[in-house]
Amino acid sequence: MHIMEGYLPIGWCIFWAVLSAPFVICGIWKMTKMIQEDRRVLPLMAVSGAFVFVLSALKIPSVTGSCSHPTGTGLSAAFFGPFITSVLGTIVLLFQALLLAHGGLTTLGANVFSMAIAGPFVAWLIFVGLRKTGKIGLGTAVFITAAAANLVTYTVTSLQLALVFPVEGSILTAFIAFAGIFALTQIPLAVIEGIICGLVAKYIVRVKPEILKKLGIIQDEEIAKIQGEAA
Amino acid sequence: MKKAHLEILVGILVIVLLVVATLAFVQSGSGEEEGWGGADGGAAEMIDETGYTPWFESIWAPPSGEIESLFFCLQAAIGAIIIGYFFGYWNASAKAKRGKQEEE
Repeated sequence: MHIMEGYLPIGWCIFWAVLSAPFVICGIWKMTKMIQEDRRVLPLMAVSGAFVFVLSALKIPSVTGSCSHPTGTGLSAAFFGPFITSVLGTIVLLFQALLLAHGGLTTLGANVFSMAIAGPFVAWLIFVGLRKTGKIGLGTAVFITAAAANLVTYTVTSLQLALVFPVEGSILTAFIAFAGIFALTQIPLAVIEGIICGLVAKYIVRVKPEILKKLGIIQDEEIAKIQGEAA
Repeated sequence: MKKAHLEILVGILVIVLLVVATLAFVQSGSGEEEGWGGADGGAAEMIDETGYTPWFESIWAPPSGEIESLFFCLQAAIGAIIIGYFFGYWNASAKAKRGKQEEE
């Protein structure tokens, strides 16, 4: 999903940066507020961020014959919502832009928008919607959330590139071409990411349900059920 | 087997099968050309074909593939140590709590 350094005209770089900045600033504000209120959320926040670090470092081969990586933002989107996730995602994107020449400083705004904002935002809406029905277990809900965060991220990247580089004057044709590179490659990766995040979410319920309960992610009844599966 | 353990086992199996099947059945790269390149690079190539030239270069790029992999490993390691630390901590404190309850 990384748009490489210099591959967006300067106008678009500024556009995406301006669009992304308020989300990240609001995220930093929310993050500090949440930590000040209750420091006990800090470990879970660190673990969610760590998952973005680990998963986005793994390049996995996919059906299209190329490699791509998961985003890892699903877990934090489900637990903390899109704003705090945007901060965690930005940290990873900065690391990769500065040390790996993956993505770039000029395209940071665009990459933050796709991976740290659009993906998590849609995923979070899906997560809240699924949980509202009361029928979807936490593991399944996180699975779908993480997969959605991944797919939406790459769809948005395709769209960002298509807007700048239309093929024969058509944005749609370009979008389909870029989506062929990105989104298609991402489908098996989204499944892999979903499995990991779903299992991890259930593991956290087994060892440390208090934080999730406090965040309103899960109720006593389901905690007992998930813990019972391991007893 | 406990349901939780079965779930984890099936999950890992699906992931391994997906990757192995991909590598086994999908052809990538032809002849001299190395396959399994990054999708990011694929998109960049497509943009290059339109005649666009990037107007900004990375201020620093890893001088070789080895050094690039060093930083990727570092990235994963930072994440993994945080996850491992807290999972271990939570697991042990949950066990200690259960032990106390049983004593009472």
